[in-house]
Amino acid sequence: MSIVELGGDLREKVDARRDLAAPLLAVEDLHTQFNTSRGVVRAVEGVSFTVNPGEIVAIVGESGSGKSVTALSIMRLLPRLTGKIPKGKITFDGRSLLDLSDEEMREIRGREISMIFQEPMTSLNPLLTIGLQIKEPLQIHLGMSDEQAQARAIELLTLVGIPDPAGRLDQYPHQFSGGMRQRVMIAIGLACNPKLIIADEPTTALDVTIQAQILELMKNLSRKLNIALIVITHNLGVVARYADRVIVMYAARVAEQGPAEAVFHKPRHPYSMGLLRSVPRLDRPRGAKLETIEGLPPNLASPPPGCRFAPRCPYRIPICDQEPPLFATDTGGQSRCHRHAEIAAGAINWAAAPGVGENRVTDMAAPVLSVRNLSKNFMVAGGLRRGTTTVRAVQDVSFNIHRGETLGLVGESGCGKTTVGRLILDLEEPTAGDIEFEGQNLATASAAQIKAMRRKMQVIFQDPYSSLNPRMTVGQIIAEPLQVYKIVERRKVQPRVAELLENVGLRPEMAERYPHQLSGGQRQRVGIARALAMEPSFIVCDEAVSALDVSIQGQIINLLEDLQRKFKLAFLFIAHDLAVVRHISARVVVMYFGRVMEIADRDAIYREPLHPYTRVLLDAAPVPDPTVEKQREPRLIKGELPSHMAPPSGCVFNTRCPMASQECREIVPPLEEKRPGHFAACIKV
Amino acid sequence: MTLASPTLPVETPAAKPRRSNVVIDFCRQQPLGAVSFVVIFAMMFAGIFSPWVAPYDPLSIDFASLLAPPSAEHWCGTDAFGRDICSRLIYGSRTALVIGFTSSFVGSTLGAILGVASAYFGGRIDNWIQRFVDILLAFPLIVLALVVVAAFRKFTVAGVDVNLIVAIAIPIIPRVARVVRSAALSVRVMPYVDAARAAGYSHSRIIFRHMAPNVVAPYLIMLTAFIAQAILAEASLSFLGLGVTEPTAAWGLMLSGNAADFYKQAPWMILFPGLAISLAVFAFNLVGDSLRDFLDPRFKV
Repeated sequence: MSIVELGGDLREKVDARRDLAAPLLAVEDLHTQFNTSRGVVRAVEGVSFTVNPGEIVAIVGESGSGKSVTALSIMRLLPRLTGKIPKGKITFDGRSLLDLSDEEMREIRGREISMIFQEPMTSLNPLLTIGLQIKEPLQIHLGMSDEQAQARAIELLTLVGIPDPAGRLDQYPHQFSGGMRQRVMIAIGLACNPKLIIADEPTTALDVTIQAQILELMKNLSRKLNIALIVITHNLGVVARYADRVIVMYAARVAEQGPAEAVFHKPRHPYSMGLLRSVPRLDRPRGAKLETIEGLPPNLASPPPGCRFAPRCPYRIPICDQEPPLFATDTGGQSRCHRHAEIAAGAINWAAAPGVGENRVTDMAAPVLSVRNLSKNFMVAGGLRRGTTTVRAVQDVSFNIHRGETLGLVGESGCGKTTVGRLILDLEEPTAGDIEFEGQNLATASAAQIKAMRRKMQVIFQDPYSSLNPRMTVGQIIAEPLQVYKIVERRKVQPRVAELLENVGLRPEMAERYPHQLSGGQRQRVGIARALAMEPSFIVCDEAVSALDVSIQGQIINLLEDLQRKFKLAFLFIAHDLAVVRHISARVVVMYFGRVMEIADRDAIYREPLHPYTRVLLDAAPVPDPTVEKQREPRLIKGELPSHMAPPSGCVFNTRCPMASQECREIVPPLEEKRPGHFAACIKV
Repeated sequence: MTLASPTLPVETPAAKPRRSNVVIDFCRQQPLGAVSFVVIFAMMFAGIFSPWVAPYDPLSIDFASLLAPPSAEHWCGTDAFGRDICSRLIYGSRTALVIGFTSSFVGSTLGAILGVASAYFGGRIDNWIQRFVDILLAFPLIVLALVVVAAFRKFTVAGVDVNLIVAIAIPIIPRVARVVRSAALSVRVMPYVDAARAAGYSHSRIIFRHMAPNVVAPYLIMLTAFIAQAILAEASLSFLGLGVTEPTAAWGLMLSGNAADFYKQAPWMILFPGLAISLAVFAFNLVGDSLRDFLDPRFKV
């Protein structure tokens, strides 16, 4: 019997029992604050919710909304000196957690409530074997002998789907991939048969295909073992498939909570409405422009009076200056909005953003950038043994980008997409192949020509925290290219900086600030302004929006599209988020393990993907709609990325492909035009 | 001309950079650093204006008061030749500052540039520079300084022994280069350095404008730590007869020589120079720490 079937059976029993049982966890009017040098920051204010045994509750919110602090408060893991819980009650299984001694609380942690963290790479101790780390809680909390713990550890690893569990117990964390480590973390979480698991962004650091595996595993385990699960996430899609109930947090408070179906289909708070609308979605036709929530979340050290969301809310009315209580809504949930009844009555709808048409490519004559058979090998030292191994990071990649066009480049981590971007920017030396930019070959160009090309070719990086020099002010950062290349006269530099800042939606006064004084979204805008200062014709956007919060992400995507239209820019948009790529790109390249799997126009690739890998990717991508998600039968991709040290023979995807045959292990499939303008590298289609 | 007009964030008054006096800001944020600055300024003042500040000539020998304990006439007592220790300390700060600060500054700065360049270029250039650094590091500081002093003839400019400064600076170079390189390696892979490379800026611009300011913290710490080391190295070289020579007033020299024979009868002979060295070393270290914190924009609230 498979886990899924078993889960369905138990599900009914759990449902039947739920009405009788008291909630497993009840959080009432929780307040958490941090005493910082800048005053008291109220990170959580008046949060109440319950979790029933076996239930999956999702807490959704942007960074700084207080979702993680709520979890840490439940675990009583707040920083000892600065974190305080002045008010509130947390009842777990009949016991008041806030009244327990530290000793008693330690007994509960790990044994009855366990926690899974976001970063599987750093939450395991690299110097201890996996086996030791799984056995530790068993021996400490349950007093098991070494043999008992060993047997239980093997059982746990089997449960989380790790092949050859007995053999892998003696291995160290670095011998596991990211997805496997997260499975180990889950096994450690499960070790003592907890009643509640709190998972803080459990899949954020993982690839789409691995993410789907882990989520499926967590759901099945929760159903099978009747463990309640609190999933904390910023990704609405993750939640849709699994959550029974959703709690939306905004600026330290609960904005809305209710059954998952209700929150997704009939949101009763403008913030939830906005959140749902500002994510690009794979299950809907592509909108002309992303709808966004404008502005920034408030500073919690000095929050606005009245409704926290009012400053950003398009439906603000005078009454919103008063603080709204949590109203019961018609959908059986709660909403902190004065106008929830009007929303329910359909009197208010999120106004569609001014519809500017899609960016159309006008000039198809000569491509701005042309990449031919690009390859890049890295030499990697082979540990203690002598000699080096060649890692083929990029193999035989070719594509064109036209003026004003956006080419999307998608793939999982380690597929070589970032390396392609760096090769184009001449930050790395290609091993083979040609890059032609505006008719000029990069390999044969003189130093002066390369310098001229670099002006026209710019880059926007993923991490807005590290892509700006912390020692320079925003003004200096943007003015530097103007001065170095003498793009404008000396006395016109400052006005030009102000103009560029306005172009990207920032105030000219921002020029005096240092990067650390800005929010993530603002920094990304500065990065864009710096790129624009060069007056480029082509910009590489390397995961330019993936580090941003959902509502900010929409703003930046719209900004990029506006700028593209205005300055006739060509973009190479490198990303792992399929929905974002679909929204912004005209053509899409799908890469896997250093090779191009498929190239086609956006609509063709999303409507009728040819390559099995593209299909798997699209299947794995979560959609923020519980109805769609629950109907979808996940065609889970098996296995993990192969090792770069031992690449598979033939087609690189054959180890994970559902269609693979003996032939696939022998032939490297060429990229062929299967339909007009639609290329795929697969011998089976 | 604004494209994304609705997203202009609201300016909060608290976040506006406040125009105020740098000195007052520094004193408020770094009180220990401010005290240390006072100590260093006092040293500099004493060093520059020694003839006017010192109560006696540091070289005049007074056989009437050999090994005199501290008193109203001789605040810090006298040494075995009856020279006033207080005056010698005041003149000694001149030597300490000139030799200590100059050699540490020259050595640390050259070392930092070497380290950043080594990290920036990487590959073969990095390898060559680091092997050269390895060779220099193989010698203890004092041995390398001895070799340099012995290899070149004495060469003084305005009474300052340039040979000695070079001798102390050279062994500092590899030590700073190694530390700064490791800090620069992590800066090298930051996206803002890639952004500067993608913008086609020159190597020197990237090294000096984008990378060097981000390794100021280890540089300042090394610089101030080596001022102390340099003062000690100068004293050791002087003791060995290759540095500052008697009868010039120098703190290290006052500790060595016949102080070793008389310290039981006249502990003030080593107590006060020792205190002076400790105070100077302490002040330079604290100044380094506080400057690092003060200059880093990320530490500003």
